[in-house]
Amino acid sequence: MSSLILPAVLNGLTMGAVYALIALGLTLIYGVLHIINFAHGSLLMLGLYAAYFLFHFWGIDPYLAIVIVVPAFFALGYVLQRGIIAPMSAGSEQNVLLVTLALSLVIDNLALYFWTSNTRTADIAYAYDTVEVLGAYLTLGRVIAFFAALLVAGLMWLFMTRTRTGAAIRAVAIEKRGAEIVGIDVGHTYALCFGIGTACVALAACLLLPTFYVTPQVGYTFVLVAFTTVVMGGMGSLPGALVAGLLLGVIEALGGLFLGESLGQLGIFVAFILTLLFRPAGLLGRRPT
Amino acid sequence: MMRFASLGQAALVALVVVYLLAVYLLPSQVWMGFTINALAMSIVALSWNITGGFGGMASFGHAAMYGTGAYASAVLQVQFGVNAWVAFAAGIAAGALMGAFIGALAFRYGVKGSYFALVTLAFAEVLRICASAFEITGAGRGLQLTLQPGVATLQFNNDRVLTYTLLLGIVALVMALTAWLKYSRFGAYLVAVRENEDAARALGIDTYRVKVTAMAISGAFGGLAGAVYLQLWLFIDSSVVYGVSISVTALIGPIIGGAGTVWGPLVGTLGLHLLGEGAKTALHGAPGLNFVLYALVLIAALRFLPQGLMGLAARIGVLGRKGGDDA
Amino acid sequence: MLEVRNLTKRFGGLLALSDASLDVPEGAIVGLLGPNGAGKTTCFTIIAGFTRADSGSVRLDGQDITGLPPHRICGLGMVRTFQIVQPFAGLTVQENIAVGAYLRHESRREALAEARRIGQRLGMGALLDRPAASLTIAGRKRLEIARALATGARLLLLDEVMAGLIPTEVTEIVGIIRQIRDEGHTFLMIEHVMQAVMSLAETAYVLNYGKMIAQGTPQQLVRDPAVVEAYLGHGAAARLQEAAHA
Repeated sequence: MSSLILPAVLNGLTMGAVYALIALGLTLIYGVLHIINFAHGSLLMLGLYAAYFLFHFWGIDPYLAIVIVVPAFFALGYVLQRGIIAPMSAGSEQNVLLVTLALSLVIDNLALYFWTSNTRTADIAYAYDTVEVLGAYLTLGRVIAFFAALLVAGLMWLFMTRTRTGAAIRAVAIEKRGAEIVGIDVGHTYALCFGIGTACVALAACLLLPTFYVTPQVGYTFVLVAFTTVVMGGMGSLPGALVAGLLLGVIEALGGLFLGESLGQLGIFVAFILTLLFRPAGLLGRRPT
Repeated sequence: MMRFASLGQAALVALVVVYLLAVYLLPSQVWMGFTINALAMSIVALSWNITGGFGGMASFGHAAMYGTGAYASAVLQVQFGVNAWVAFAAGIAAGALMGAFIGALAFRYGVKGSYFALVTLAFAEVLRICASAFEITGAGRGLQLTLQPGVATLQFNNDRVLTYTLLLGIVALVMALTAWLKYSRFGAYLVAVRENEDAARALGIDTYRVKVTAMAISGAFGGLAGAVYLQLWLFIDSSVVYGVSISVTALIGPIIGGAGTVWGPLVGTLGLHLLGEGAKTALHGAPGLNFVLYALVLIAALRFLPQGLMGLAARIGVLGRKGGDDA
Repeated sequence: MLEVRNLTKRFGGLLALSDASLDVPEGAIVGLLGPNGAGKTTCFTIIAGFTRADSGSVRLDGQDITGLPPHRICGLGMVRTFQIVQPFAGLTVQENIAVGAYLRHESRREALAEARRIGQRLGMGALLDRPAASLTIAGRKRLEIARALATGARLLLLDEVMAGLIPTEVTEIVGIIRQIRDEGHTFLMIEHVMQAVMSLAETAYVLNYGKMIAQGTPQQLVRDPAVVEAYLGHGAAARLQEAAHA
């Protein structure tokens, strides 16, 4: 058994990096807009389909598709926030959650209608090549995803701390009214963040597709994991999301190893409930005031 | 229960009542079958309304209570051969316990708002995964009751009119209980907790107890809805009774009909089902599109009908001096 | 009736309350004064059970109530109001007051009757069926007092009940408080409006930086240099002295 633990942990880490990448987008949106985007998983599903169709119809490699899908999803996120979520929720926190829930229902069910519930995969042979790491065999696609996720997390951090736009975003996150007074366009900044968050999820989709599959329901599987990651990492914390994502990947892998495939995800939800109950500010965070 | 703020509300409720009675006279069985489904769902909508409407604690996981009611009743009947009536009652009790358990845990640690919504959702997921994994709950296969129509087995599937009448009775009972709660001390306390928890505590209200009790009552109604579902279909599986579509239907109906009112959940759920059915006919039975429609209606309601249809109706033909949101 | 002893409360590095003590005798109106951020509201939240003190004790009628939850303290006859008044928006004025009255009256009919009686006593008879959200600030302040009274409390902690009112409204509330006191209730009030404190309170305490720096009649306090220094400022002191002579 113990010989299985290290490969499980390493596999878990590679999956966890993808969780972290999905959660980075969600936590950025939460940290700045203070809203929980329930449609995040559905946007991931859309991203997976986008990458899939680019591959299926034009033979575009999912890794290459990044340059098309990510900007497109940035625009999609921007428009969703400005055009639907902000005007329709009338400023109430609970309404935002309900509006994004409704959005996810619309996206998921339209996907089901147009693309049916068939499971689709993009078969890129080299994605399943194995790489030996510390004596464990990992699929190449997952290893690429792992390093790409770390890279993006680092870039996001630089963007937030070293650029003017990043500074404006942080200003809006901390004190909306004050930022407004010094001339920052809050509506634009909100939409920008939503766009970046959506771009993150699209990137995750492109990295995930080579070693995963897509169905209209796939978003729902990920959305709860993403919430767990965000909550565990401390709502709004980028480094927290990275750490929590990796941790959850490991929890899931070990859960699958010890409890079997069907109960594997249980570990994640139990972790979610425990975190919400005992450490709502996240594993690394302070208690909210 | 029969006090209305306006002619508009009275008319809306009258419309619903007339429809429900007209179903007896309609020649096509399709209407009755359809309304049976809508009534069955309105029970879980009424359940959500206790916590989400009166108490302001919006749950995204009412399937946790619904599924627990259904599974408790099914496990007792299928695995232990318990009498259907006893199992039915146990289903209600199990729903109440699950509600109280989730509430006790969540409120003990001050979970509220969006966090509460997510906690309930996570509980429903945990239960779904457990139910689909363990042998006693039928694992991935689900649980099937033996077809044995009769009073002793609570199976009336061969008599549609009787089924419909029983469901009407159950919905009326749940609504009567809701009305009674609304006009009781507990109801006033629940609304006080929704509006301002600190002020409520200052006025001597044990808000933790009020919230947990509300979850227990809501859970009992939810468990009832699940147990009813079981007796209607004689078959359950985890992806249905613990599924997210139950949780979603539970909250959309009340929000559209008017959360925190006695009639709102029924009005909203019936309206939604009519809309969904109409769309299905128009679009030749495309799967899932009724949910697209529900979601669009939900978004529109959040923006344009903050108090739902009952709130809209309350503003039409206002009666007398009272401007409140009765009924 | 109320004995507060040596309350200390820290928020992180900030000492919000340090060794604060005060007494409220039965039937009195006691003021609690101090500049913004002096710790008055912290003191209230601890007394009423909303926050735990790091040390110190609170006794009500000789019974130790330190650390009891607010609803228990309310049940023992002491209730607080809030500086930022927030009526239960979905309810009418009468129903708002009834939420308080339910503490001693389980039936809706009795609670509503009690609410009507108290509402009328506070001059809100004509407003009872109005939605509470439609009340003016002055109306909301009255509602706040009415709700507190309806719980059957004998000791009311009022947090800046005069703030934001115009002078004629202040005079009305002062009259109401005096009337309620004469019916046997006791008050501890945080107040900024000096006119109200001067005409209502027999005794007042002054908090500054979490410490009780003075205690006495309002007339004594306005002459106390420490108080003037900490709280009132020179201009205000002069005005108040005029008021005291008038």
